[in-house]
Amino acid sequence: MKKTKQNKPVKSSLTKRSIQKFMKNRLAIVGLIGLFLLLTACICAPLLTSYDPGFIDLTQKSLPMSAEHPLGTDRLGRDLLARVLYGGRWSLLIGIAASLGTNLLAAILGCVSGYYGGKVDRTLVTVQEFMSLFPTTLIFILLAGITGRSINIVLAIWILTGWGGTMRIVRSRILSLKQEPFVESCRANGISSFSIMFHHMVPNTMGPIILNVTMNVGGYVLSEAGLTYLGIGLPADIPTWGNILNGAKRMDILLNEPLLWMVPGAAILLLTLSINFFGDGLRDALDSTTK
Amino acid sequence: MQNKTEENLLVVENLTMEFASPRRFLEKQKPSVRAVNDISFTVKEGETFGLVGESGCGKTTLGKCIIRLLKPANGKIFFNADGEMKDLLTLDHEDSFKFRKKLQIVFQDPYAALNPQHTIMEAFDEPMRIHGIGGGDKEKRKELIAMSLERVNLQPDYMYRYPHEFSGGQRQRICVAKALVLEPKLIVCDEPVSALDVSIQAQLLNLMRKLQKELGLTFIFIAHDLSVVHYMSDRIGVMYLGNMVELAEADALYSHTMHPYTEALLSAIPVPVYQGKHDRIILEGDVPSPMYPPSGCPFHPRCSRCMAVCKQSKPRLEEKANGHFVACHLFDEE
Repeated sequence: MKKTKQNKPVKSSLTKRSIQKFMKNRLAIVGLIGLFLLLTACICAPLLTSYDPGFIDLTQKSLPMSAEHPLGTDRLGRDLLARVLYGGRWSLLIGIAASLGTNLLAAILGCVSGYYGGKVDRTLVTVQEFMSLFPTTLIFILLAGITGRSINIVLAIWILTGWGGTMRIVRSRILSLKQEPFVESCRANGISSFSIMFHHMVPNTMGPIILNVTMNVGGYVLSEAGLTYLGIGLPADIPTWGNILNGAKRMDILLNEPLLWMVPGAAILLLTLSINFFGDGLRDALDSTTK
Repeated sequence: MQNKTEENLLVVENLTMEFASPRRFLEKQKPSVRAVNDISFTVKEGETFGLVGESGCGKTTLGKCIIRLLKPANGKIFFNADGEMKDLLTLDHEDSFKFRKKLQIVFQDPYAALNPQHTIMEAFDEPMRIHGIGGGDKEKRKELIAMSLERVNLQPDYMYRYPHEFSGGQRQRICVAKALVLEPKLIVCDEPVSALDVSIQAQLLNLMRKLQKELGLTFIFIAHDLSVVHYMSDRIGVMYLGNMVELAEADALYSHTMHPYTEALLSAIPVPVYQGKHDRIILEGDVPSPMYPPSGCPFHPRCSRCMAVCKQSKPRLEEKANGHFVACHLFDEE
C-alpha cells in the first residue's frame, strides 16, 4: 500500500477552481479593487482626514477645493471629504446590515418552505408574492410621518419586505436537494430535520446566498441614498451618502457648488458598479456547471 | 408463503404504495399512481433477494418503503429482531429509530449519494453518533471508520478527503462502507453497479459477495441487468407495473421460466457467442401508465399468449412448483 502524505484535511479543490475562475475575469477584478479601495478609505477615514464630519464652522462655509479642505466645505462649513468618508461608513454599514438580515431571514424561510412543502410552502410563497407586489416606498412615507425617521425602522422594513428574491432561490435549491440520495440517506438513518436542513442542505445553497448578500449591499446603499434624498429614510444628523445628497438638492447648490452632489454621487456610483462587477464574477466562479 | 419462521429476516405482506397526483385549481383530480401494488415476499437471513423489472415498475419504491424512506399506504413489513418478528410500520417513533441502522441502503448514483460539502469522516460520523456506535467516543468512531474503509479496500486516511476527489467506483465502495459502519442486518442495494464501468462492476460485486459472507449480511438487490442479478441473487422477484409477477430461486427462474413477461425479459440478455438465430421476444407497445392500469392482468396488453380471462381477472401470485411463484392465468388448474 502506498503511503500518502495527507493527514490533514486537504483544501477542497472546488474552492481552488472557483478562485482560479474568478481571477480570470478582468471586470470582476476591477470590481474587487474598487470595492477594496472604497472600503479601506471608509475604514481608515480618521487617517485620511482630521476633520469631524459633523463639526460646523460658519467662518469656513462654501469653500472651494484647497490644501486645507481637499474637496471644499458645504454651506455650514463642514469638510466634504470628511463627510463623504465617514458617511461611507454609515452607508456601507447600513447596506451590509440590511443585506445580511434580509438574506438570513430569506435563507431560513426558503429552507423551511422547501423542506416541509405542503401548506407551509404554499403560505410562504403566497406571502412572498404579496410582498413583491407591495409598494415599500409607501410604508416609508407613512412611517416617516407617524414615527419619525430612524435607522432601526428603516432596517426592519427592509428586512421584513426584502426577503422574497433570495427566499425563492433557496427554496428551489432545497426542493431539488430534497430528492438527492445523500439527503434521502440522512432521512433513512433518522437524522433530525434540523440537521438535514442546516447541516446538509444549506451549505449546498451557500453559493447563491453569498452572491445575493454581496449584490444586495449595493442595492441597499442605493436605496438608502434614494430614500434619504427624498427625506423619508434616515435621520438628518447621520452623515450618510444619501443625507449629503439631500443637503445638496437646492437649485443654487446644484448649479454653483457641483462638488457637493458630485462627490457623494460618484461614491455611490463607484460602490454599486464595483459590487455588481464583483458579484457577476462571483456568480460565474461559484457556478460549478460552467467552466 | 407468509410464514414468520426464524429463518426469515424480512417478511413483506400486501405492501401497497400510492402517490397522489397534485390537485390543481379548477382541474379534475387525477387518479393516484400505485407504484407498488399488494406485494408480498420473504427474505431469508443471509441470502440475496434480487428484484428485477424495467424502469418505473416500482422496484426502487419498494426498496424505499422497506428502509422506511416512504410511508406505504397499506401492508406490513415484519423484521426479525432477535427471533421476534416486529412490524416496522406500527412501531412508535423511538422504537422505529432503533431499527433504522439495521436497514441500510446503497444508492444507484454514487456521485449524488455523498454530500459534496462534507469529508468522508463527517459523512460517516453523524449517523454513527446519533445511533450510538462506538459508545459516544470520537476516537473510537474514527477507528471504526478507518476499519470500515479498509474493509472495502480503501486507505484509512481517505476519510479526510472530499467526495469529489474519488472516482465513481471508489465512491460506491465508500457508500458500501458507510452502510456497513452502522452494523446493519439488511442492505437494500438499489442498482449499485448500473452507474459504473463494466470492469468496476465486477470488482464491486465480488467485494459485496465477500462482505456478505464475512459479515452475514442480507441483501435486497435491485437491478435491471439480468446477468448481474443472476450472479448475485439466491432468489429473484420479477416486477411489472408495481406487481410481483414471478418469484423463484435464481437458477429455477432462468431454467424454468414461467411468466411470459419474464421470458421476454430473459430473451433480451445479450448472448456473447453467435448461436444461429437468437429467438428474442420483442414486446409490442409500451408499459401502460400506472395511473390508468389495464383491467385484469397488468401484462395482458403486451402478452403474446393473452387469453380472454386475462382481460377480466387479475391473476394472483401462487406457488406452481416448489418455491416457484407465478402470477399468470396460463398456469391455472382447471
